[in-house]
Amino acid sequence: MEQDKKFYTLLVFSENFAGVLNQVTAVFTRRQVNIESLNVSASSIKGVHKYTITCWSTEEQISTITKQIEKKIDVLQANYFTDDEIFIQEVGLYKLTTEIAINNPMISKEIRKHGGQIVEMNPTYTIVTKRGMTEDIMSLYHALNDYGCVLQYVRSGRIAVTKSCIEYLDRYLAERKEAYDNMKKQQAKESSACDL
Amino acid sequence: MEKQRITGAEALMRSLENEGVTTLFGYPGGAIMPVFDALYDHKDTLNHVLVRHEQGAAHAAQGYARVSGKVGVCLVTSGPGATNTITGIADAMMDSTPIVVICGQVGANMLGSDAFQECDLVGVTQPISKWAYQIRRPEDIAWAVSRAFYIARSGRPGPVVLDFAKNAQVGMVDYEPENVDFVRSYVPVPKTDPESVVEAARMINEAKRPLVLVGQGVELGEAQEELLQFLELADMPAGCTLLGLSALPSDHRLNMGMLGMHGSLASNRKTQECDLLIAVGMRFDDRITGNLSTYAKQARKIHFEIDPSEVNKNVPVDLAVLGNCKDTLAAVTALMKKQQHTEWIDSFEVHHEEERRIVIEPEIHPQDGPIKMGEVVRKVTEMTGNEAILVTDVGQNQMLSARYFKFTKKRSIVTSGGMGTMGFGIPAAIGATFGAPDRLVCLFMGDGGIQMTIQEFGTIMEQGAPVKMILLNNNYLGNVRQWQEMFFHRRYSFTPMLNPDYNMIASAYNIPNETVVAREELEAAIDRMIHTEGPYLLQVAVIEEGEVMPMCSPGNDVDDMLLQIKKD
Ligand SMILES: Cc1ncc(C[n+]2csc(CCOP(=O)(O)OP(=O)(O)O)c2C)c(N)n1
Ligand SMILES: [Mg+2]
Repeated sequence: MEQDKKFYTLLVFSENFAGVLNQVTAVFTRRQVNIESLNVSASSIKGVHKYTITCWSTEEQISTITKQIEKKIDVLQANYFTDDEIFIQEVGLYKLTTEIAINNPMISKEIRKHGGQIVEMNPTYTIVTKRGMTEDIMSLYHALNDYGCVLQYVRSGRIAVTKSCIEYLDRYLAERKEAYDNMKKQQAKESSACDL
Repeated sequence: MEKQRITGAEALMRSLENEGVTTLFGYPGGAIMPVFDALYDHKDTLNHVLVRHEQGAAHAAQGYARVSGKVGVCLVTSGPGATNTITGIADAMMDSTPIVVICGQVGANMLGSDAFQECDLVGVTQPISKWAYQIRRPEDIAWAVSRAFYIARSGRPGPVVLDFAKNAQVGMVDYEPENVDFVRSYVPVPKTDPESVVEAARMINEAKRPLVLVGQGVELGEAQEELLQFLELADMPAGCTLLGLSALPSDHRLNMGMLGMHGSLASNRKTQECDLLIAVGMRFDDRITGNLSTYAKQARKIHFEIDPSEVNKNVPVDLAVLGNCKDTLAAVTALMKKQQHTEWIDSFEVHHEEERRIVIEPEIHPQDGPIKMGEVVRKVTEMTGNEAILVTDVGQNQMLSARYFKFTKKRSIVTSGGMGTMGFGIPAAIGATFGAPDRLVCLFMGDGGIQMTIQEFGTIMEQGAPVKMILLNNNYLGNVRQWQEMFFHRRYSFTPMLNPDYNMIASAYNIPNETVVAREELEAAIDRMIHTEGPYLLQVAVIEEGEVMPMCSPGNDVDDMLLQIKKD
């Protein structure tokens, strides 16, 4: 069973109503699947929120979870992806003791080697950021931590966009608009038939 | 239409009337008082039935909805009034019953302050409702109410909760009716893939031993007629789920009986022999399938389903035909050829015969000994021409009435399937009398379940609700006792029960009643019950240690059914 588990990224779009996040996460809780990371933000479409959720799961399970999330009234669309189907980004933030960081040249070397960036430095602390995948961000953390200079460290949830050339949400919204227009046309036809 | 400036409470009344509501079940309290005050002026159009406990209001709304196909409505106060409806909401979610529960809530400015009788009802009910929404402004009422009814009744129906803040009840609004018939993020009926229709017909045309599983979806989709044509054209035997029992007439040649744990021997055994399993509007509940790892492994499977999230949830299928089964069954039937499966159908008979001999005859025609539940049920169904509505509580009384009651009309079984809620029976039966005033409503219940909502006798008395109540009294929490007998070495831990005098209770509520102990008196008593106008309580003293048989024990293979318990 455990071997069948893969790492999945769920992209969920919802209307901006209170309580949707609870409903989305509750589906995972019920099926006893742990959420590895979760990011919620506005999407490119006004009033539509985008959730990026990652977890370990079997294909059957993630498929059921996705359908159960999509079933929520205020959820527009939910799809799951494996890493090869999406572009992924995460961010790490590191707060270091400036005194140690200055006195050990190996530290700035590590930062450069890992592609980190120093964004703030004052006599007390230094802030470093790093974009990338989980492993890269963690690897910089471990490297810095070995020098005993890390005051705080945090890694963001994953954000992702699909590699596909089809924009599924746009397509869904267009289909729904068409369904709505057709329904209204039909209703108009029926009511004018009644008038006759 | 001209806009009118009215209170939010009045706007709710007009919104309900706009949805065609005629009946509500409810109970007042502080946070909903403005609404009850408005209701006072709408008594001619909105018939409010005062229940005796809010759980009763929710179950009554369910019973009303199940028999009528309309949305049941429930109106209660905040806090405890609201939480008392939760069992009914969860029950309606499990059994896809369209109800709208409207609860009072403290004013928006007090939300989150632990105000008197404040409870985060939306938070509590979100996981057990189809939609839950808090109305905080009077401007939202028309929209929210219409959206609630649209969501409750469309697609796969379910319960919707409206949490109605007090400031929105008393605030003024320029009211204009709304008719929501579209929600962008919600697709009530998924599109049917035309190829799935063609493929389904091809699989059915090729099948030698097809078996159809009929679920409540057929009733909810009003597809009873389409189902008959589908079954008859290809001569396919069918089993029904508990909630689907009246979707197909009980005595139809192709009806092979109930499916599942206490279903018929034939339909369960044949599940493991068919070459094509066709599920229509059912969700492969564990009480139907037993052991999933051995369930119908030999068969190809088709699932006619309106809810995409049910497909492959429990049982992986070869083909899903998404859509309303009223449309999809008809579309597939149009591509099917006429067939005869005489040999396959005849092969069910030996199992029927075995079940009749070992289980059914001793249950419905016992020669001596105490009265059995099955014989009471069979007498009642026969004496009502198999035309009554069956409402049940939960337990042995439920399983035996489901097994031995017969159905000739659609929408005739009201029972708590997915939740198995004891106490469902009395209020659901009250609701059914309002939902189907022209039909006879027979309720079977046990001595345990009756006490969970017995206060609704007050509602029956006040409304004169003509519920024919049959109390099958075995002095036990019988269903649990049976499991203790079978799986816990007959250690009857807290299942024997000291009962009160139910006749005195009924009499106190002015409900005509009697008790039958002897078999010879049974028929005359049932006759009196049927022919007494209004409600009636008929208590029957039945065998104390009776069993519901056959039985597929939980987790067992579906064809591994026990026919009798060996008694020493
Ligand atoms: C609210 C609730 N509590 C507990 C149960 C568990 N339960 C299922 S059947 C049953 C016994 C029912 O006894 P009774 O009402 O006398 O019916 P009988 O089985 O004897 O016909 C119990 C306790 C339940 N289904 N619902
Ligand atoms: Mg009992």
